[in-house]
Amino acid sequence: MDEILSLDHITFTYSPDEPNVKNAVEDVSFTVHEGEWIAIVGHNGSGKSTIARLMNGLLFPQQGTIKVMNEPLTEENLWEIRSQMGMVFQNPDNQFVGATVQDDVAFALENNGIPYKEMVKRVHEALQQVKMDQLLNHEPQHLSGGQKQRVAIAGALALKPRLLILDEATSMLDPQGRAEVLATVQALREETGLTVLSITHDLEEAILADRMLFMNGGEKFAEGTPSEIFALGDQLLDLGLDLPFAMKLTKLLKQDGVELQGEHMTEEELVNDLWTSNFKK
Amino acid sequence: MMEKMIFGRFMPGDSFVHKLDPRSKLLFVFAFIFIVFFANNPVTYAGLLVFALLVIFVSRIKLYFLINGLKPVIILMVFTFLLHIFFTKEGNPIFEWKFIHVYEEGLRQGIFISIRFLVLVFMTSILTLTTSPISITDGLEVLLNPFKKLKLPVHELALMMSISLRFIPTLMDETDKIMKAQMARGSDISTGPIKERVKAVVPLLVPLFVSAFKRAEDLATAMEVRGYRGGEGRTRYRQLKWDGKDTLAMILLVAMTALLITLRS
Ligand SMILES: Nc1ncnc2c1ncn2[C@@H]1O[C@H](COP(=O)(O)OP(=O)(O)OP(=O)(O)O)[C@@H](O)[C@H]1O
Ligand SMILES: [Mg+2]
Repeated sequence: MDEILSLDHITFTYSPDEPNVKNAVEDVSFTVHEGEWIAIVGHNGSGKSTIARLMNGLLFPQQGTIKVMNEPLTEENLWEIRSQMGMVFQNPDNQFVGATVQDDVAFALENNGIPYKEMVKRVHEALQQVKMDQLLNHEPQHLSGGQKQRVAIAGALALKPRLLILDEATSMLDPQGRAEVLATVQALREETGLTVLSITHDLEEAILADRMLFMNGGEKFAEGTPSEIFALGDQLLDLGLDLPFAMKLTKLLKQDGVELQGEHMTEEELVNDLWTSNFKK
Repeated sequence: MMEKMIFGRFMPGDSFVHKLDPRSKLLFVFAFIFIVFFANNPVTYAGLLVFALLVIFVSRIKLYFLINGLKPVIILMVFTFLLHIFFTKEGNPIFEWKFIHVYEEGLRQGIFISIRFLVLVFMTSILTLTTSPISITDGLEVLLNPFKKLKLPVHELALMMSISLRFIPTLMDETDKIMKAQMARGSDISTGPIKERVKAVVPLLVPLFVSAFKRAEDLATAMEVRGYRGGEGRTRYRQLKWDGKDTLAMILLVAMTALLITLRS
């Protein structure tokens, strides 16, 4: 698997002149490979957004190197690298630049000097990918939050990026909008094998990832598959992270003496275990 | 009242005027503002009025709707008309009653000025009614392009304008939300003496400004991430198309000017 992005011992502080302020990011290293879905979780202020900003050069680390496609990120190749990384932020309203859906999707293309004919093609393709091609001429005030986020994803996709970064892209949405956006990302991954890095507070979303990074106080506290991370159990609770609903339920059921096999992260697994649990006796 | 105001409002449609390129419309209206001053006798003023009415007809905007929406402007017009009638004391007196003396020249001037005013307001309203704000911005950007040589930041101004337009509804919504939140806390903006009401606006403006700055910061980041680095080397997604209709409009403009110059005294 090709390496898309790697952080090597990254340390960053917003106030380099004040030695007693804690670093926002402290000695973090990890690698993202082509086609992976990585979730970064952690409590408020644990440095997740700072990491995202470091990855596409909105901030530069005081220590360590960031490599994108094996190339170190510098001031020189910054714009080139940004065009390979799409990023979607939390607030659906504050990232909608264009007057209409199609104008907004075209924004990044315009910035990169893509010729008109190619732009039209890519705008339509990208909107099709997020199933928003019916609403081409809609203005942002007539769209739901979920629709706006899908437009933002299309805006990122139009440049055909190698990596899509979602910084709490679903956290301001209602459950329906959240489901819409998640379904879109999942479909994209199936169709195009897009690499996704999502920062999230939603554990049901994190479970879907191939790998999870758990941030605590600017440091990487743990890294592993969702089952490995959630197996940490009480440690997560102490560090302000909740457990997925199915896991909590499994735990409570076990406390009440129901015999269950192992931990269950999704409701489906739990239900399967529950209805078969009597056969195994 | 706000619903009826049509100043700066856009009414989508598919008339001839709607379909014109924003550049030709802008050029037309801009030139028209000067041409109006060629008129100086009854024939030329009548010509202007007829022309403006024709444009309204072609744009399929109802005259009644237009006049209704321009009421404040028309009140102003009537006021200037009266000023002229009462204070110009030239020519033969045509009407006398107690202290009111109306002279021929006053009536003439009053009518002329009113027509000039009306025609200008009609034409500019037709421009904004038939052209979306974003097209006007695009048109202006292209038309002002030569001024880039004079270091006028044309692209930046156009971008500022389009982003402002984009955020008007968002900030309106926000104002509404904050207003309701403050009302729920007992603040009252809609009643009471003026002084109290002005005071009640402050707790509305402060959160609105704070949030607007936050939005601006977020937006700047989002734009940077999407590769925005100024107007250099950018392509345009919204294309402007100059075709036969627009050339026709320009010919009409030249013909109008020639006619006015020959008919003026
Ligand atoms: N612009 C800034 N200037 C100074 N300090 C900042 C700035 N942005 C974040 N910080 C600080 O850096 C630390 C990490 O913040 P960061 O935004 O990366 O956290 P986060 O994990 O994204 O949190 P959240 O879940 O709330 O989004 C916090 O202590 C925060 O106060
Ligand atoms: Mg954050």
